[in-house]
Amino acid sequence: MSGSGRPLLEVKNLTRVLPLEVPVTLVKDVSLSIDPGQFISITGPSGSGKSSLLYLLGLLDRPTEGEIIIDGLETSKLSGRKLSSIRLGRLGFVFQFHFLLAEFTILDNVMIPMRKLGKWPENEQEGRAVSLLKDLGLGDHLHKVPSQLSGGQRQRVAIARAVSNEPLVILADEPTGNLDTKNSKIVHDIFRDLVDKKKTTVVMVTHDLDLASKTDRRIHLVDGKIASGN
Amino acid sequence: MTTSNLLFDIALTHLYGRARQTIISILGVALGVGFFIAMAAMMVGFQRFFTQKIIDVSPHIVMEDEYRERPRQPVSWFFGHEGTVISLQGVKPKEEIRGIKNAEKIVDVLRQTPGMNISPTLEGQIFYRYGSTDVSSTLKGIEPKSEKKITKIEEDIVSGNLDDLLTHSYGVILGSGLADDLNAEVGDTLTGISVAGIIKKMKVVGIFHTGITELDKSVSYSLLKDVQVLQNRSNVVNSIRFSLADPNKAEEIAKQIEEKYKYKTVSWQEANEGILSVFVIQDTVRYATTGAILLVACFGIFNIISTVINEKARDIAILKSMGFTESDIQKIFVFQGILIGVVGMVIGWWLGYMLSIAMGSIRIKMEAIITTEHLYIVYDIMHYVYGGIACMVAATVAAWLPARKAALMRPVDIIRGAAG
Ligand SMILES: Nc1ncnc2c1ncn2[C@@H]1O[C@H](COP(=O)(O)OP(=O)(O)OP(=O)(O)O)[C@@H](O)[C@H]1O
Ligand SMILES: [Mg+2]
Repeated sequence: MSGSGRPLLEVKNLTRVLPLEVPVTLVKDVSLSIDPGQFISITGPSGSGKSSLLYLLGLLDRPTEGEIIIDGLETSKLSGRKLSSIRLGRLGFVFQFHFLLAEFTILDNVMIPMRKLGKWPENEQEGRAVSLLKDLGLGDHLHKVPSQLSGGQRQRVAIARAVSNEPLVILADEPTGNLDTKNSKIVHDIFRDLVDKKKTTVVMVTHDLDLASKTDRRIHLVDGKIASGN
Repeated sequence: MTTSNLLFDIALTHLYGRARQTIISILGVALGVGFFIAMAAMMVGFQRFFTQKIIDVSPHIVMEDEYRERPRQPVSWFFGHEGTVISLQGVKPKEEIRGIKNAEKIVDVLRQTPGMNISPTLEGQIFYRYGSTDVSSTLKGIEPKSEKKITKIEEDIVSGNLDDLLTHSYGVILGSGLADDLNAEVGDTLTGISVAGIIKKMKVVGIFHTGITELDKSVSYSLLKDVQVLQNRSNVVNSIRFSLADPNKAEEIAKQIEEKYKYKTVSWQEANEGILSVFVIQDTVRYATTGAILLVACFGIFNIISTVINEKARDIAILKSMGFTESDIQKIFVFQGILIGVVGMVIGWWLGYMLSIAMGSIRIKMEAIITTEHLYIVYDIMHYVYGGIACMVAATVAAWLPARKAALMRPVDIIRGAAG
């Protein structure tokens, strides 16, 4: 696995331009190196390109120029199928909206990535999902559907789903954007725990400067460029 | 395997969520398949019955005492074809004595062909008078022995006996419709008046019923030599009829015979060209109607899957960002189409089968081209196979189109739009 000096995530001269009639530059010449086991926040004014950068790091969008190296793998020339398999096994996403499947129970939602990856035998998957949910204080809600939960609870389910395949990196885009202070703190503490106990890397976009100040490293974006934090 | 199960689970929840629309789509498919099977059972049943009847009651090939092209008049040999400037009016056609020359020789030669049965016939118009009723009929002079080998007329005789023609002088066998019109029964004696002006007492020795109304109303049979006397044409025949071991070869063999003997020789297919082309039209209408129903069913499937995809755009986005591939996403929605198709197909099979049984049990009296008391229904596994294939192809295509669109959806576009 990763470790021993090599960065987990490396970005070189990353640029993303939308090829519209008037081209829009989302991310401009960003270079970054992220070590394993770090809790990183990305801040910046609205429209500064935080989400765009996160989508690029998460291989959901392809750069116009530059390289993204994840766990030693250069990704810019890989097929869509290969990128999907990297996302499945090594990345986890949490967005502002929970994106839970409405017809599936909490437990089934968390099991989806495990069933897709198949890294754990089928008879262990449910037990793993249950213990993940219990750890996040959702042990009483396993068989409820998302609409029966509060906003904060749903976001915790989304986190449980994101970590179910034990990804190397969690990419979170304003995960507390819809939550009150109390729930924001809960989510933040969960991430902190993942970083400290599981050595997961968390990259979190946030507007909450209070939360950002508690991360290991803050990257500040302005107009698609890194203004500080490198 | 696990992935397929997972994709199938997701596909199912989408259909559960739109149960009513799903059921309507399934019924649409079922209706298309069921209708196709029922129509095929009835129409193909009718066609097979009819074709079989033609093959049974009429000869496979008939040689007639005429040529395909009328001999041209001498004037046209000099001045080109008819329709040119010069044409001679009022030329009487030479009164040829019609009939096949050398009929006996032709019969003797062709009788050598294996599998071929031959019967020379003289056919002419006759009037029957019984009581105060006059009815005209086409009287066919036959030889019972060879006739039995040519047609299944013997099976159609409902009273009397074909061989009784041999034991009665001027015996006659009437079509059932003809007998009804004359009000005559077996044993009655009619007066026959031929177009040659010869009058004979004729005894009804049999009545036949083929089910083909036109035949039953107009045709009667006597011995060839009796008809030759009635028509005042001894030793003349005006048609030679053939039956073959394989009726499907009739067209080819008719052509060979005509080339050799020049007389117009017509296969059963050519003789029934009109009705056979009606079958083609019938089949076209049947396929078009079924196609239209399936097309509507396709729209139903296309519609429900497109709706689901729009509704579940966020699910698709998160599944793709989680690591589901384009083909995974496509499978979810193609599964749905296939599922609707399979369930619709099975219900359609059942529906088609039930409709066939129902139609087969209806008692109707019909006296049109054919006379029958019920519909002829065929149960042909191929109808079910074709219906099934058409339905599955249609359902898969109808699902594949929106599924492709879903697979190509970019998660970023949806995630950006779903901040709230
Ligand atoms: N499809 C698009 N067409 C045009 N402009 C776009 C498109 N997508 C993004 N942009 C622009 O690119 C810039 C960067 O957007 P991005 O969503 O990355 O910003 P952000 O830092 O995440 O903002 P916020 O804090 O409001 O979420 C913005 O100015 C945005 O308007
Ligand atoms: Mg953003």
